[in-house]
Amino acid sequence: MQDATAVVNDVPDLDFEGWACPVPLRDVPSVVMGHGGGGAMSGELIEHLFLPAYGAAAAADLGDSAVLTVGSGTRLAFSTDSFVVKPMFFPGGSIGDLAVNGTVNDLAMSGATPLFLSTAFILAEGTALSDLGRIAQAVGRAAEDAGVRLVTGDTKVVEHGSGDGVYLNTSGIGVIPPGVDIHARRALPGDAVLVSGDIGVHGVAVMSCREGLEFGTTVESDTAALHGLVAAMLATGTDLHVLRDPTRGGVSASLNEIARASDVGIELVERLLPVPPAVRDACSLLGLDPLQVANEGKLIAIVPAEDADRVLAAMRAHPLGRSACRIGSCVPDHTGMVVAKTGLGGSRVIGLPIGEQLPRIC
Amino acid sequence: MKYLEEFSDPDLAKKLIDQIHAATTRKWALMEVCGGQTHSIIRHGIDQLLPDSVEMIHGPGCPVCVTPLETIDRALAIAARPGVVFCSFGDMLRVPGSSQDLFSVKSAGGDVRVVYSPLDALKIARENPDREVVFFGIGFETTAPANAMTVYQAQRFGVRNFSLLVSHVLVPPAIAAIMESSTCRVQAFLAAGHVCSVMGTAEYPPLARKYKVPIVVTGFEPLDILEGVRRTVVQLEAGRHEVENAYPRAVREEGNVPAMEMLADVFEVTDRTWRGIGAIPRSGWRLSEKYRAFDAEQRFDVTDIHTAESSLCRSGEVLQGLIKPHLCEAFGKECTPRNPLGATMVSSEGACAAYYTHRRLELVDAK
Repeated sequence: MQDATAVVNDVPDLDFEGWACPVPLRDVPSVVMGHGGGGAMSGELIEHLFLPAYGAAAAADLGDSAVLTVGSGTRLAFSTDSFVVKPMFFPGGSIGDLAVNGTVNDLAMSGATPLFLSTAFILAEGTALSDLGRIAQAVGRAAEDAGVRLVTGDTKVVEHGSGDGVYLNTSGIGVIPPGVDIHARRALPGDAVLVSGDIGVHGVAVMSCREGLEFGTTVESDTAALHGLVAAMLATGTDLHVLRDPTRGGVSASLNEIARASDVGIELVERLLPVPPAVRDACSLLGLDPLQVANEGKLIAIVPAEDADRVLAAMRAHPLGRSACRIGSCVPDHTGMVVAKTGLGGSRVIGLPIGEQLPRIC
Repeated sequence: MKYLEEFSDPDLAKKLIDQIHAATTRKWALMEVCGGQTHSIIRHGIDQLLPDSVEMIHGPGCPVCVTPLETIDRALAIAARPGVVFCSFGDMLRVPGSSQDLFSVKSAGGDVRVVYSPLDALKIARENPDREVVFFGIGFETTAPANAMTVYQAQRFGVRNFSLLVSHVLVPPAIAAIMESSTCRVQAFLAAGHVCSVMGTAEYPPLARKYKVPIVVTGFEPLDILEGVRRTVVQLEAGRHEVENAYPRAVREEGNVPAMEMLADVFEVTDRTWRGIGAIPRSGWRLSEKYRAFDAEQRFDVTDIHTAESSLCRSGEVLQGLIKPHLCEAFGKECTPRNPLGATMVSSEGACAAYYTHRRLELVDAK
């Protein structure tokens, strides 16, 4: 055991002039997990690899959902998303629910009414057909609940070891009603920032049953299709400026994206954030920030401040928005940045998550 | 979680802040030793609420930050070997070695796994008897008992395919090293509460006496930190330099005796190099003779890997409180959490990363 006196007497006068740090690790030469994390690394991949490679064929921003005008001015929303969640089944849902709701929500965030979905399965050799059956049933149920038709599909199998269970891609098409113009670039200083309910729930539910991390929790994934809630918000007649479903990277990633796209600052009030106790405790245990944890059935809305109460009332009247609340405002200061007022009265910048969320050592 | 939320109460915090303001009559420089405390201070904006004359210097107590580059290169060499399952806590994965990090080893086909306890690594070893399973055992006295327990169990159950890459460091020798430095500005310490919950407080009175510094054992929640600061300032103002325990709900004077017995069995004191600081004699632990067979450095013969730290970044000065992170020329430019130049930018507990993540606002304002 350490002897304290020995410590005191043994220490030489160290030369702190020589304190040094290592050279930088430059960009990684191959794909790492963080490239799919939805944070800064994913963004760099799009900006520096995909967009230059696609050249003139690429649309401007390759966002979550594209708005396409066809024929006599009908606007279609088009979106695609791949699902590789592990484990495939988790408290409150499965990869099947996520694959339908995820794409439906991407469409809904542009104000579209989702209509048609494709499903493409990539299956690992050896996957139990009973598991695939459960997932397919979940896809069917979720699509029926969301009122979308599954119109085309594809199935491929990869050799054992090349994949992992079931990967699922869905693409979707919806129609945007006339007069609706919802986009990440439309946030204005003074706008209110609303959230439709408790945050961090899905991420904690999935983490709670991940291998090696099983912890007792009653948290179930919040996966849900949000277009009904969006329709209720649109029915108030309010000019909704921005909608986002804060999935990977959580509320933090969505708000950072909006702040940059709209060139506004966003100010959150930490004590107003709806973080359920089970999520707060799990995050505290793992050293994670609830603002960076994924959601699957929540949306963020940026609306004119004078309409905030009306929109909130409509959200609260909908089953998926019962605990909707205002969490902050858009401000003219610190443009492109999200800043939270802490419970004690200090402030902190809410950064964009870099890659994967890593539990801290202690 | 009971006993957590209560320690963030804004009204009680306001009272403590007022008391600190009332007690402070001149400039003081306090060092919080532990990276968890640094994280909490920045996360809650606590330093913004203290009197301007009370300066918090962020100490070297982030295990990820002080693990030497050489050890990380050894870890990478082991992790890249065929047949090895390399297990680590999550935040070590992004720490750069001299040419890559564990994420890169993983993407090149290495079997690198994040575990949440070293005992999980032992479980993997028992389930995969044909693989060599290595756990990256870094950290202070806090993470050491679980690592000790794992090695103890590995021996007891004869799990021969398990080994530990050990780089444990100890707080008291670091405090002594900081105080011995001729450029030292630190006038008092908030000692790391969780280290003391394992080791007790007996190691600190000799340090407080020798260097005439108050040492207040402090927890991690906002009220814990404010109470630690308050007691420290009261001592400084009164010219006292004693060891106080401001974290009695977790720390007993005698520490966690069974844990200390296990540590004494499994580990022995050794010299250690601290990243950003240099060599400090008798400042760490290695496996004792009895358990040496579980030493991954010996088993994989990586002791010949030697890596010199370069001198591009100024984390040493940051760790010592000579400069704040944003005064380093590379801060936020060449050096970000995405591309860290130095270890203090890597872990979210590192002073530079905490500043970068939570403090860019005032840095923007200041420019």
